[in-house]
Amino acid sequence: MADLTTLPDGDLARDLKRAERRRRLTAMMLVAPLFLFLLVSFVLPIGDMLRRSVIDTEVAEVWPNAAAAAAAWDRKSEPGEALFAALGRDIRTSAGERTIATPARRLNYALDNGRSLVLGTGRALKQLEGEPASWRATLLAENPAWGERMTWIALADAAGPLTDFYLLTATDLMRDANDDIVSRPPERSLYLQVLGRTFLVSFTVTVLCVLLGFPVAYLVSNAPERVANLLLILVLLPFWTSLLVRSAAWIVLLQDQGIVNDILQALHVTSEPIRLIFNRTGVVVAMTHVLLPFVIMPMIATMKSIPPTYLRAAISLGAHPAVAFVRVYLPQTVPGVAAGALLVFIMALGYYVTPALVGGADDQMLAYFIAFFTTSSANWGLAAALGVILLSATMLLYVVYARIVGMGRVKLG
Amino acid sequence: MKRKMLFAASVLAGAGLFAGAVLAERPLTVVSWGGAYQDAQKAVYFEPFKATGANMIDESWDGGVGVLRSKVQGGTDSGWDVVQVESEELQIGCEEGMYVELDWDKIGGKDAYLPAAVSDCGVGSIVYNFVLGYDKDKIKDAPAGWADFFDTAKYPGKRALRQGPKTNLEIALIADGVAPADVYKELATDAGVDRAFKKLDTIKKDLVWWKSGAQPPQFLASGEVVLTSVYNGRIDAANRTDKRNFGIQWNGSLFTLDSWVILKTTPNLDQAYAFLDFAGKAENQAKLPDAIAYGVTNKGATALIDPARLPDLPTAPENMANAVQISDSFWIENIDKLTERFNTWAAAN
Repeated sequence: MADLTTLPDGDLARDLKRAERRRRLTAMMLVAPLFLFLLVSFVLPIGDMLRRSVIDTEVAEVWPNAAAAAAAWDRKSEPGEALFAALGRDIRTSAGERTIATPARRLNYALDNGRSLVLGTGRALKQLEGEPASWRATLLAENPAWGERMTWIALADAAGPLTDFYLLTATDLMRDANDDIVSRPPERSLYLQVLGRTFLVSFTVTVLCVLLGFPVAYLVSNAPERVANLLLILVLLPFWTSLLVRSAAWIVLLQDQGIVNDILQALHVTSEPIRLIFNRTGVVVAMTHVLLPFVIMPMIATMKSIPPTYLRAAISLGAHPAVAFVRVYLPQTVPGVAAGALLVFIMALGYYVTPALVGGADDQMLAYFIAFFTTSSANWGLAAALGVILLSATMLLYVVYARIVGMGRVKLG
Repeated sequence: MKRKMLFAASVLAGAGLFAGAVLAERPLTVVSWGGAYQDAQKAVYFEPFKATGANMIDESWDGGVGVLRSKVQGGTDSGWDVVQVESEELQIGCEEGMYVELDWDKIGGKDAYLPAAVSDCGVGSIVYNFVLGYDKDKIKDAPAGWADFFDTAKYPGKRALRQGPKTNLEIALIADGVAPADVYKELATDAGVDRAFKKLDTIKKDLVWWKSGAQPPQFLASGEVVLTSVYNGRIDAANRTDKRNFGIQWNGSLFTLDSWVILKTTPNLDQAYAFLDFAGKAENQAKLPDAIAYGVTNKGATALIDPARLPDLPTAPENMANAVQISDSFWIENIDKLTERFNTWAAAN
């Protein structure tokens, strides 16, 4: 047998290597467009979002001296005149250059009335001529809030370049006047509750989707082809309708004067309309409806690949049909069920439009708040931090899920 | 051969299109709120403005100062020139330097407009109110104000408010006896905010929350709610186009303005001013209320509006009598905090 490790060197080996390289290059070039697309449309924006949750340079860009002084401050001692002077000068400059709105907005995230504190001080200092004898006295005379430790903690937090402020807020925590991390006041502790709500709704929807989708998938994969095709179209039909239309249709069906309540009352099941929409029931019903195709499709794919002979063999060997179904058929559907459930769960976590339309005020999920902070209040740092929390919680769950189900068994199509 | 020529021709055409896209001046792009409102604007402002020879197109958006900030970030042209913004977006964007500071001489001077419509970066376009709406076919005894909104004994049934804290805290305080003029003084204190939430507590289980302006008239029409807060223009539109018999209580209503701004990144500054000037003229503005029941901002426009139409408009003196302007500075400062508070309140039983 020839020794393969000592191939004749020279032309042949070089040619081989070159051919190999060319092949690899071609493969890479074929993948390149998709890779670039993913990089530009997916990896970079997500990376940018994650960055915003911890990087905080807005204040430092406008108030460089004050930010540097605040970052160097030990957060324990009384802020000295040098610190007041750096801030006072920076406020005056930024008020003159009309850049003061940015630090005002940033401090407002951490301080009650932080915006009017900064803007008001800016308006006053703009009129100030020359250097005052004491910047400390000047600032305190303008607004006593400059004497409070919380103000300086907030400024030091915002001085950058890194901050944990947004991630703390997104987990209902904050720094108090002693720079200790404490819980936020109960009326502002919201996000962990919303995160729990998001997971609960997604979980409920996933369970319902599997329970409702399984018989449909079974029917489709075992029916004669013509019937199966028709059923498949029925499954996919709502899929081609706009999400908004489907959600709005549920409002028509489920509202107090809607068809469902009319029927219930006509049948004397209930004496007065029951609340089916603009609450959790409405959210779960509408989301289950919207997401059902995503669980049915992978289940059909798996079920079609299960040979019917196994079940027949089990029954002919004496198993009760129900037992045969549970012990022989069901385990073989796990890859499809697991894939469908995973797909639905992860999609449900990010749902925004449907809960907004058919939910009540206490049914909004995390995506609603991310959208609120991104567009309406433009608090991008907090939006990013909430995104990070949702992303990490989802990944954690995915790892646990992969452990339990075994990712090798999940089959997505 | 034929194929080759076709290929060459298409390459040339493609290159020509590309060059054209780069070289040609972009038409003036005016962005507004879509729907029935933008249709009205099209008829009253956009089409007549184009008829003067201007090269403009219109687009729509759903608001959000974050959207505008991402448009002007980087300082390069983003495709939008003139945008109609809500008053908060006007103030935040102006402070952050996102808009052109207006040269008022180019658009008729400050004196031509209502004082509330004049600011550094924006010129008011419409005035509209959050009013108390109800169905006259179902309620014979008209509610007198927000206090009745909270009276579930007198008006049994559900009521709808806009989701979120904004407008609802004001409504709750007015219902609780605070004079409209003092609402923001009261809200500036923690006790005032507590008082508002406490008042909302009394009807919490009867509340339905609306999210888009189209919903309240639908809720009234389907009988889902008996009373609702609603934009006055939506009630008028439902009465006129859907032949509804909805009523408005203007007492204690909250008004606000939308304004035109010019984005700092515009390459079409002169045309943008020409458009603002056109849309600010009394004779042009006077045509808008015919199409949709919003008040307009040019002082001269009121005299040109059909007197029969005036009582439907926010700018009619008797409708303005007990109305309060929504405070932007209050909401800019407190919206994050109070949104958190509103949502924890909503989740608590």
